[in-house]
Amino acid sequence: MFKIAKYVMYDILRSKVLIAYSLFLLLVSFSLFSMEENSSKSLISLMSVVMIIVPLVSIIFSTTYFYNAYQFIELLVAQPISRSSILLGEFLGVSVSLLTALLIGVGIPVLIYAPDSTGLVLMISGFALTLSFISLAFFSSVAMRDKAKGIGMSLMLWFYFSVIYDGLVLGILFSFNEYPLEKAVIALASFNPIDLGRIIILMKMDISALMGLTGAVYKQFFGSSFGIIYSLSIMLMWIIFPLLIALRIFRKKNL
Amino acid sequence: MKSLALSCFLLLVSCFFSEAKTIIVCSECKVTQLTTALDLAADFDTILVKKGIYTSVNTEIKKQVVIIGENYPVIDGQEKDEVLVVKADNVILSGLWIKNSKRGSMKDYAGIRVVDSRNVKIINCKLENTFFGIYLANSKNCLISGNHSKGANYGNSDTGNGVQLWKCDSIKIENNHMEGHRDGIYFEFAHFCLIEKNLCEKNFRYGLHFMFSDSDVYRKNTFQNNGTGVAVMYTKNVEMYDNIFRNNWGDAAYGLLLKDISNSIIERNTFTNNTVGVTMEGSNSITFSKNNFASNGYALKVMANCIRDTFMYNNFTANTFDAATNGELRENSFKYNYWDKYEGYDLNRDKIGDIPFRPVSLYSMIIEQMPYAVMLLRSFTVEILNRAEKSIPGIVPETFQDYAPMMKPHSL
Amino acid sequence: MIRIEKVEKSFGKLNILKGIDVEFKAGQVVSVIGHNGSGKTTLIKCILGMVVADKGNIYVDEKNIAGDFRYRENIGYMPQIGHYPENMKIGQIFRMMKDLRKNAVSLDESLMEEYKLSELFEKPMHALSGGTTQKVSASLAFLFNPKVLILDEPTAGLDPLASEILKAKIIEAKSKGKLVIITSHIMSEVEEMADTVMYLYEGKVNFYNSVTELKKQTGEEKVGKAIAKIMKESAHV
Repeated sequence: MFKIAKYVMYDILRSKVLIAYSLFLLLVSFSLFSMEENSSKSLISLMSVVMIIVPLVSIIFSTTYFYNAYQFIELLVAQPISRSSILLGEFLGVSVSLLTALLIGVGIPVLIYAPDSTGLVLMISGFALTLSFISLAFFSSVAMRDKAKGIGMSLMLWFYFSVIYDGLVLGILFSFNEYPLEKAVIALASFNPIDLGRIIILMKMDISALMGLTGAVYKQFFGSSFGIIYSLSIMLMWIIFPLLIALRIFRKKNL
Repeated sequence: MKSLALSCFLLLVSCFFSEAKTIIVCSECKVTQLTTALDLAADFDTILVKKGIYTSVNTEIKKQVVIIGENYPVIDGQEKDEVLVVKADNVILSGLWIKNSKRGSMKDYAGIRVVDSRNVKIINCKLENTFFGIYLANSKNCLISGNHSKGANYGNSDTGNGVQLWKCDSIKIENNHMEGHRDGIYFEFAHFCLIEKNLCEKNFRYGLHFMFSDSDVYRKNTFQNNGTGVAVMYTKNVEMYDNIFRNNWGDAAYGLLLKDISNSIIERNTFTNNTVGVTMEGSNSITFSKNNFASNGYALKVMANCIRDTFMYNNFTANTFDAATNGELRENSFKYNYWDKYEGYDLNRDKIGDIPFRPVSLYSMIIEQMPYAVMLLRSFTVEILNRAEKSIPGIVPETFQDYAPMMKPHSL
Repeated sequence: MIRIEKVEKSFGKLNILKGIDVEFKAGQVVSVIGHNGSGKTTLIKCILGMVVADKGNIYVDEKNIAGDFRYRENIGYMPQIGHYPENMKIGQIFRMMKDLRKNAVSLDESLMEEYKLSELFEKPMHALSGGTTQKVSASLAFLFNPKVLILDEPTAGLDPLASEILKAKIIEAKSKGKLVIITSHIMSEVEEMADTVMYLYEGKVNFYNSVTELKKQTGEEKVGKAIAKIMKESAHV
């Protein structure tokens, strides 16, 4: 598994896409931090960028990579290596590469300009989102034999979690506005890693005061140690669950 | 230095009245207690209190005397009752360090209470651990200047107000520093007062709070880090110039709350880092001009029951939401403001944008209607919705718009 | 060595293997023949675990391969068309394979040497001709000295010289008591190397017997003609 991950990383590092991604993040982060004197304001802007770009790049890059590595996977499948190690090795390799890019592109600027707990939470959220969207990418790559369909499905997943889901949430909130929805809202946030990631960061920032009474409810929940454990484990679920499904499919997949 | 000059002046003045004498109070002097000095004193006498600690439980000043402290003598109420109570006109209190009034809910125990008096001056005093600081009731033409009051039970809710005025007229409050009280400055039925250059901070409720206090002027004050901000109610003819409202951040905090305020002018003030810069309810005919709103959660929250208010030449920058409301506004006018979120153009180069700006975003309307939607704050979807609404307006109030938004910020 | 029991496989509505029962023994050189789409490649991929059978069992060394992967240590596979990571160079491929299979007991690099691949070690895979790629595939199949060799159309795309080298290698493997399974369309090759012929027709084993038996049954001297005869017969049934 680790050897496979090593070769995957070796392959990705030469693809230049990863370097471009790191540089892009680095550029965005530095320009946001230098534009604003108040580092927490920059963190908010950076968060908005991270919440859109990181899932998108993670899922599309991983999906394309998976299809491009198909030959490599074919080669490995005929070897005395278990399918799980092959897929997990691929996952590990892609993950380490993308996390490194994020660490360089966002981690370094955050370390320089905002080395506080909010910056840390932003990084943790970014890491978790990267991993869960790689996981989702593996799911769609394994589920779809055709490359175009696989990338299409990944794009749809990203669009769903970035836009459609929140639209649905608005619709639900609108329909049940009369009812007490505190718990429902926390549940709704749990079903979308992007929402969850964003809320954790906002809770860490002073901005929660803006949220008024409802914000206080969220803050009470997400600020408590139970809330932190809860959100971390939900994030973990979002990483493990799609990967497990991908693994199940991949074990029986005909190559 | 100031107090020294003043005391010299007062001494000089007292010399002109041949019958006026000066009584010196100190531990080695003939007179060792302030209360004894007051018994000995006649009208127009001066009492000079030297450095030391003097017990003063509910000491009543019924003669027109001047009491001057040298090197801040401590006047200690021993938490038994009020410390000093002025019940005569023309009394001057200066350079005293008032400590330890009683606390309680039955009576508003004060460090210095002034009752039914005129021309009283309270200058350069320090107040510490007093329930209320300086309390003026039914008095006129008084001056409260250069005092510093630190609330009793600092940081705890069990404390009164820094300066309280009740049924007063023509009071000048300047250069005071109020902290750690319930309200920094509190007025009820105080008219024609001038409040200038005060600093009210870290009060656990309001920096400034008044009701039924018409025709007062507030200039160059700073209200910061107060629990809720500044709340003013049921008053007309308020004028606020060059004040700073900042860092009032919390679930229900704001820079300035205007509730049932009318015919007032709010000009050249700065509102920064407040959860809400200005929130207005039932307030009519108010002119907001040349104010700076920066880095607030909401710059303005204007409820639909506000009528005929004018917002002109203000700057709105780096606020999360520029404005929010709960319905259509009537007869309010927004003109010549600068909004950093404005994305219009200026073809005729008159520095005024050619298309109106709508400061209320769709999302702020949504939150107003369904607070739970706050979970989508800063999400991509919300960004898309706001942009869509900007290009094809449909939901945000038609009336809430600036018809002549500026292209560049005003230099204020 | 390899026993296949009632193996069925379909892709969607297409039934490719309709119940295969066959056993291959060590020392055999089996030639799997059949029309295009008769299920040859699918059967091979089933043995390799690249395709999972819907029904039935496959045993390698009396062990069921379902859910197992270690048995592949004993199998060398040469695909019909080799796909390799395009960014990698030939040398890296060999190094990587050796790295991934560190526990391999003995290496057989003779084919690699005979094809002079080490001279091409710095060439990236995407720049290789079809023939060279096949040489790489063949060398990799023999590299870990496996007990079983599965060669899918081994000589297609190889130049005559390279073909001869490979054939010699196959005959050598047979002499060492290895099982070699070959799919091939070229009857002369079958004649040269195979001792057993398995004929797949529409997903079933139509004929599975030794070459001598095949010749006896059909009364033909040449394997090619004998097979053609069987093909015709089965088509009539």
